[in-house]
Amino acid sequence: MSHAISRRLLVAAAAGSALALSFASSAYAEVKLSFLVDNAPATVKASEALAAAFHAKNPDITIEVESRAAGGEGDNIVKTRLATGEMTDVFMYNAGSLFHALNPQQNMLDLTDEPYQSDIMDIFKSVVSESGHVYGAPFQTAMGGGVFYNKKVYAALGLQVPKTWADFMKNNETIKAKGGVTPVIQTFKDTWTSQLFMLGDFYNVLQAVPDFPQKYTANQIKYATTPAALRGFEHQAEVFKAGLLNEDFGSASYDDGLRMVSKGEGAHYPMLTFAIGNINENYKDYINDVGFFALPGDDAAKNGLTAWMANGIYGYAQTEHPDEVKKFIAFVASKEGCDTQTQAVGAIGPYMTKSCTLPADVPPAVKDLVAYFAEGGKNAPALEFLSPVKGPALEQITVEIGSGIRAPLDGAKLYDDDVRKQALQLGLPGWE
Amino acid sequence: MTTLGKKGSRRGLAAAYPTWFYLPAAIIFGVLFLFPTFASLFFSLTRWTLFQYSFIGLANFRQFFSEPFLVWGLVNTLIYAVVTSGSKVVLGMLLGILLTSNVMVRGLLRAIVFFPVLVSTIGVGITFTMLMHPTNGLINDVVAVFGLKGPAWLTDPRFALMSVAFVDVWKGVGLATVIYIAGIVSIPAEYYEAAKMDGANALQRFWNITLPLARPATVTVIILSLIGGLRSFDLIWAMTKGGPGFTTDVVASVIYKQYQAGFYGLSTAGNVVLFVLVAAIVVPLSFALNRKEVEA
Amino acid sequence: MTAKKLKYYVTGILALALAFFVFVVPFLFIIVNALKDKPEAALLHFSLPTETHLWDNLVAVVEARDYMLITAFINSIILTVVAVTGLVVFGAMVGFVLQRRPSRWSGLINFMVLAGLIMPPAVVPTIWLLQWLGLFKTLSGLILIEIAYSLSFSVLLFRAFIATIPRELDEAAILEGAGPFTLFFRIVLPLLKPVAVTVIVVQSVAIFNDFTNPLYYLPGAKNATVQLTLFNFQSMFNTSYNLLFMNILIITIPPLIMFLFFNRQIVEGMTAGAVKG
Repeated sequence: MSHAISRRLLVAAAAGSALALSFASSAYAEVKLSFLVDNAPATVKASEALAAAFHAKNPDITIEVESRAAGGEGDNIVKTRLATGEMTDVFMYNAGSLFHALNPQQNMLDLTDEPYQSDIMDIFKSVVSESGHVYGAPFQTAMGGGVFYNKKVYAALGLQVPKTWADFMKNNETIKAKGGVTPVIQTFKDTWTSQLFMLGDFYNVLQAVPDFPQKYTANQIKYATTPAALRGFEHQAEVFKAGLLNEDFGSASYDDGLRMVSKGEGAHYPMLTFAIGNINENYKDYINDVGFFALPGDDAAKNGLTAWMANGIYGYAQTEHPDEVKKFIAFVASKEGCDTQTQAVGAIGPYMTKSCTLPADVPPAVKDLVAYFAEGGKNAPALEFLSPVKGPALEQITVEIGSGIRAPLDGAKLYDDDVRKQALQLGLPGWE
Repeated sequence: MTTLGKKGSRRGLAAAYPTWFYLPAAIIFGVLFLFPTFASLFFSLTRWTLFQYSFIGLANFRQFFSEPFLVWGLVNTLIYAVVTSGSKVVLGMLLGILLTSNVMVRGLLRAIVFFPVLVSTIGVGITFTMLMHPTNGLINDVVAVFGLKGPAWLTDPRFALMSVAFVDVWKGVGLATVIYIAGIVSIPAEYYEAAKMDGANALQRFWNITLPLARPATVTVIILSLIGGLRSFDLIWAMTKGGPGFTTDVVASVIYKQYQAGFYGLSTAGNVVLFVLVAAIVVPLSFALNRKEVEA
Repeated sequence: MTAKKLKYYVTGILALALAFFVFVVPFLFIIVNALKDKPEAALLHFSLPTETHLWDNLVAVVEARDYMLITAFINSIILTVVAVTGLVVFGAMVGFVLQRRPSRWSGLINFMVLAGLIMPPAVVPTIWLLQWLGLFKTLSGLILIEIAYSLSFSVLLFRAFIATIPRELDEAAILEGAGPFTLFFRIVLPLLKPVAVTVIVVQSVAIFNDFTNPLYYLPGAKNATVQLTLFNFQSMFNTSYNLLFMNILIITIPPLIMFLFFNRQIVEGMTAGAVKG
């Protein structure tokens, strides 16, 4: 309301009253934008740093960071607030299939014609676009889904980074035989962490079945009936059966997992690389002991990484200050925005803005990650960036498979049923 | 009634007890509870994104009943409700008898037993999740003192549901106890004295006096805890989120997950299913219990 | 006599020991961990803190997210006081007429009361409706929701208690020319004190501790209620257990005060109300 008034005052000022002008500009100084982000410490820290840096440059605009739960709970909050017209002016959210579920054309500001778009990588633009319009800009960095490993444990046992699943299991047996260190860490208290074996294996699925995403979207191919796609589920079951897990895998939390792999209590932790930010925050002294590799498949020659795009930052369509919102988004997507984030939480992966660079002295896990994105490195986007179909119950299914409650084939069948609901809700052809 | 004529009494009734006394409550309840409930009957027949809906008939209900875990969720809901309400009846009655007898520091004991009722469910859930941690938790530390190795209370599918039910009873038994205390103290002391004079022992007195005369308290405890148990969500969500996997899912958590996933029509259909389930169990039961009482 | 006395002490001590172990230890666990620093609390041990961080943790919890806990306390107290007042007045009015004047509406109203007690509320349509009424995301909206959801329980207790108040009392008042308003607010309502205390204690604790309804109907950091502050510290990625426990501890204080004041009346109210229903 007060903003509407200040707008009117601005018009009056333009009409020529010098008094009104000075009054208006002071009223204009009150512009406040709300910015909704998830509550991961690294995200909050980066967001607050961006807000502060932007305010320093634009003293007339203040950004208020608001945090929400992450994961499925956070999806719900975002969807509900959009549906009820209560979204913040700016918000951070996933790109890809989750982005499409938000009905971007109705809910988000169109950013197609923003000047900075030429500086954004095309691959990112493709996962925040619908019907030829771009709705998001990159926030934070691209990530990889793979395995964190403790370099000290590897060095002590003379192990090599595995290029095939068989090598990986051989390493695990060596670690287990030596004793004292958990070969594979699982942390099912935070159920989402259980999905990595399956989701992170997608690069390998794509090598075997290149048209998997298209067929999958069209309901022509299934996890349960595609051996290459089933492999991720099978690997997870194999690790459990071989007795390689930490004793408290059912109750351990994500933070426990990071602690164990950082301090060398465990050797391997399958995870997304954005966790580097949290290791930096909580176990800074050990960050140089942590390395990263892609989940290995069957063929060493085809070893590559399943990559996750950066998160998107979006403007709410019903904001009262579209111009200020766009200005802030432009700042986040700029080189200066990247540098602000790097300064706040460290370098945790490659930025999606072409002009952004990483400092030379990045932690080893980031170096390992960047290698997959560099010349000669191999990576492919995760399935959620190639198909809008993603089932909501995957994390429960992978917990069951990873705890030996359910057989992998059975779990894959269940997941195939689960995605059907999402496809129907999105009204995709071929699923009715 | 004798002072007023028959005709007068009716007019007197109408004037003294006006119908508009219902009005404030009726408006709030009608608008914020009944209306959304009726709306839910409609939306349960749609595929609803909150942005738009399309009418799909009974497909949501078919989907709901083909959810592989709904059947399991239904069974879990029943087990959970029966176990918690049964335990609250038995323990509440025993504690009620103990805490109405001549026991040392009775007031303090009553306070201790009742206090968990007042604490936030989420807080209790978080605390017990940590006490039940398989390797670091206090409970298994205690078990270890006896040379045993405690199970993974919340992550072993064999124990998880019962562990949550235990915490539910821990938190709720105080209320049942208070209801029983109230029921027992309202039994006239003469009955016990007469029974004592007839030579009845403690067990006989319990069986023949306390149990039948505390019946209204039993009915209250059963109905209240059964409703609570069937609808239970907070504690399960705070402790296991229905996991590991789907093993502690109850109907309410299945509904919530569909809601989280954005399947609003499907979730609303689940709401309707839960309502029918609760009504089908509680309504006949409360009629049966109350009728017997009248006969007795 | 001595044998009886021995039994008295033995049962007493046994009961106290058991109650201590089962009911008190979990609270001590909360307290000791609320005093630890973050790494020590993360071990989840039931031990005295090596160093006491009462003040640090207290300040950290209160200061978090721009003093959200203070706002939350104010919100929760307004919510609880207004909603419970509504529940007592409106619930007693319904219970009074319902008990005193059976009519063709009684059956329907009894059915509604039962329905309100057992029926799970339809969340999504309610949000949709509140939005339309302009009450979504407002404290007034949440107050009305809490009243609507708890009304049944309150009506049941009042109706049962009013049955124990002799009708002759009403008749005497009516003969002396009291109108319905005077009859109810001057004569009947004061007599309802025991059951009103029960309603106040039970409902204020329930509403103060409510987590789900504020989560749905009052989203946003500025509107937080005390239970939602637990969200601050139980983040999905990183958990500061010491602050989490400190938060649980702080938000347990108001119910504790309530309890210390009304402990005895709760039982009395139950005797008078719930059981005879």
